[in-house]
Amino acid sequence: MREPERRAFAVVGKNARKVDGRGLVTGGPLFVADVDLSQALIVKMLWSPLAHARIVSIETSEAERVPGVALVMTHANTPPTRHTTAGQGFPEPSPYDARMFDTKVRYVGDRVAAVAAETEEAAEAALTALRVEYEELPAILAIDDARRPGAPIIHDEADATGIYDARRNIVADVDIDVGDVAAGFAQSDLVVETTCETQYAQHTPIEPHVTLASLDAEGRLILRTSTQVPFHVRRIVAQALGIPVSRVRVIKPRIGGGFGAKQEVLLEDVAGWVALRTGRPALFALSRAEEFVSSRTRHPMRVRVKLGATKDGLLQAIDMEAVSNTGAYGAHGLTVLANTGSKTLPLYNKAKNARFTGQAVYTNLPVGGAYRGYGATQGYFALETAMDEAAEALGLDPIAFRRLNAIRAGEGSPIFEKLGEGREGVPQTVKSCELEQCLAIGAEKIGWSAWRGKRERSGSWVQGVGMSIMMQGSGIPQIDMGAATIKMNEDGSFNLLIGATDLGTGSDTILGQIAAEVLGVPLEKILVTSSDTDVTPFDVGAYASSTTYVSGMAVQRAAEQVREQIFAVAAPLLGGDRQDLRLRGGEVVGRAGAVSLARVCERAMYETDQFQIGATASCVPTESPPPFLANFARVAVDTETGFVRVLHYVAVADCGVAIHPRLAEGQLEGAIVNGIGYALTEEMQFSSRGRVRNPSLFDYKVPGALDALRLDVALVDSYEPTGPMGAKSVGEIGINGPIPTIANAIYDAVGVRLRQTPFTPERVLAALDRAGVGAE
Amino acid sequence: MIHLTVNGKERDWDALPGDTLLDVLRREGITGVKKGCGSGDCGACTVLLGGRAVNACLVLAAKADGAEVVTIEGVSSDGALHPVQESFLEAGAVQCGYCTPGMVLSAIALLARNASPTEHEIREAISGNLCRCTGYVKQVEAIERAAARLRGER
Ligand code: FES
Ligand code: FES
Repeated sequence: MREPERRAFAVVGKNARKVDGRGLVTGGPLFVADVDLSQALIVKMLWSPLAHARIVSIETSEAERVPGVALVMTHANTPPTRHTTAGQGFPEPSPYDARMFDTKVRYVGDRVAAVAAETEEAAEAALTALRVEYEELPAILAIDDARRPGAPIIHDEADATGIYDARRNIVADVDIDVGDVAAGFAQSDLVVETTCETQYAQHTPIEPHVTLASLDAEGRLILRTSTQVPFHVRRIVAQALGIPVSRVRVIKPRIGGGFGAKQEVLLEDVAGWVALRTGRPALFALSRAEEFVSSRTRHPMRVRVKLGATKDGLLQAIDMEAVSNTGAYGAHGLTVLANTGSKTLPLYNKAKNARFTGQAVYTNLPVGGAYRGYGATQGYFALETAMDEAAEALGLDPIAFRRLNAIRAGEGSPIFEKLGEGREGVPQTVKSCELEQCLAIGAEKIGWSAWRGKRERSGSWVQGVGMSIMMQGSGIPQIDMGAATIKMNEDGSFNLLIGATDLGTGSDTILGQIAAEVLGVPLEKILVTSSDTDVTPFDVGAYASSTTYVSGMAVQRAAEQVREQIFAVAAPLLGGDRQDLRLRGGEVVGRAGAVSLARVCERAMYETDQFQIGATASCVPTESPPPFLANFARVAVDTETGFVRVLHYVAVADCGVAIHPRLAEGQLEGAIVNGIGYALTEEMQFSSRGRVRNPSLFDYKVPGALDALRLDVALVDSYEPTGPMGAKSVGEIGINGPIPTIANAIYDAVGVRLRQTPFTPERVLAALDRAGVGAE
Repeated sequence: MIHLTVNGKERDWDALPGDTLLDVLRREGITGVKKGCGSGDCGACTVLLGGRAVNACLVLAAKADGAEVVTIEGVSSDGALHPVQESFLEAGAVQCGYCTPGMVLSAIALLARNASPTEHEIREAISGNLCRCTGYVKQVEAIERAAARLRGER
């Protein structure tokens, strides 16, 4: 650890006010739909009422005659280019299996046709006037039915590409191993095997997806859109609409949350097409019900984990197998699946033999996508349940068992190299890992020894504690790229232009802090502009826990280059040696004195050898240092009703240096509460014909302020030498914790294992009944 | 046509049949009022109606005729933030900010009737305001800070 450097941070590590905070807290017109919409056409989509059908015909003439209707769109009058809606680096690892409008519908909620009209009422009327004839096809509504011989083929179109085996509805297949798993199990004294299943869940950003498309005076398409991936949107929209990238400008204003749902191109192609065809601005906004059904979900998975260990608790082998339900389209199908193994197995690198196999399959259900945690969440449920079972069988404390087997600083795992972003990964040695500290602090905070195994009773309620640990990554090595531009103004302020996408995470603020730290100015002197494809340099966007680590490093490099330019201008003014110069408090300080940044910029702009002080730098990381998290929960289980309450949740994280501790804590708190909802209440329910039965925030229960009590989040002292200012990521990891932690706590309380999320009263009661542990 | 007092200004605004107060406010440019569901389940559209925090998406515009409405735009005066807003910024209670206007207004309504709320009372007061970003920890803290501030303790 470079302790002295860290203590010297002036801006980093401090809780600055968010650079966009004032506007947000005063309700400024900052979001997509907060502009004048009086001239905009309203776009509405006709969604499929059937899970699987061929569209025989669509009669549009009546809809076109509805007063106020400007455009009706179907497969017959829109570009047919196959593409993926997944906003990933190019070439995307997701199959090209989607069209703007297709001749087939593949789930209840799939696109059929769209209208653009002067008013919402006219648009609704036009939708009702569309006459669609369907030829219904048999549908696959369960993950187990997808690969059955004779199952209907969901993607039978000839022009789809990138599907592993379309005839068997298999989107992706992963099969990797290290060492010799069979030998590992053979030399184990104990083998445990567990299978866990996760449900359909939705991100529910409080702002549903929304796009405003318009044309500028030159006829270029301007998309003001709620996205995590503006540059991918630009590329994919250009591809889908068959226009050059140069004809599209994507502006990301403030975004009302995303959590992965907005790493997807869902509205921009249609809104853009309307603007291009009509010359009018077009607003396409999803309703809450549409957000649930027709945006994206977390891939439901069934994950089987088999662990082998010796008597003394050393893991010998881990075998993980996952089946992922990607729904009707394969967005993120391969990469979420691969992540289920790649973000979990390296954690227990003491198991020299490990294997991960899995398939992602199509069903006629809503579409999986990126969702915070991205497969790791599903994997950790099974892995940390199995670890708990193994610890018990070995008679070891679960904390001690994990300590024994977890990766440490200075160590690697062959999995890092074998399994990456849906392809081979990158070898890496973990350089920072403070899991020990996380465990010690967490155990203390939860009162582990006071509660563990005590089963304290109060009426029909019994308490228990459980724990789990996990890692994630920091960006996608050798794939992700972030870039930053910094230019200097004559009052000593700087513009920081970044393609990185603040969707509420606070990345504008922390990237500003990194620039301010290098340039020796307070944060107020950094004017942050993010995510306008015409203005800011490229960045892959906000996903894969990449922004702090990848974009942050780009900012640091750009700032360092600017610092060198400043020194070059200042050196003659200070008459000293360039090596002696420092940036501090808005001045260049040398042996011979100091000169203000304003003076330096004035000289560069107006006086001698004039030039714009400024630089652009990029970062493509060569590794992806994992953050680590120890989770502890104390729960109470009502043996009469099956109701589970989380009484206390403790999460202790190693995210390297927290650039902004409060924002880092906020990332964890938000992710954990989201995870608690995912563990206990959130579940999309389906009718027997594949229709979502609970597409509202009333029927799909996300945690409110009364549901999330006593949450303790702590950050340990850590320093990641490869990260900007010692930082690594923190955005996703928290969401992986609650499911296994709560499941393990329930087991401690009442001795039953929950292996299917969410842990609803019915499921808990059923488990209690099976085990004969019901109320006395 | 409905007559409203919005953030202290008298307004005569057109309202179509079926328009909610949320529809009218946003159409007239009061866009600090957010829409997250349109069905009373998220609280993003919270406004103060006669001092009470209500979901504007559940109030028919016609029913609001004659009412006094305060939105987030009417909370700070002369550029000075309301203590609740200050506390939200200090505590790091704002992430994406989409729930923030509603949450701030619910807090203001609470503190107007209860100067020293308990944590539970705070959580109750914002229980209709869903936030998917924060986990509520820092919002509760912010409202506690604001309460102390308004009591003159900080
Ligand atoms: S928009 Fe009114 S409660 Fe959600
Ligand atoms: S801050 Fe994003 S929903 Fe609350």
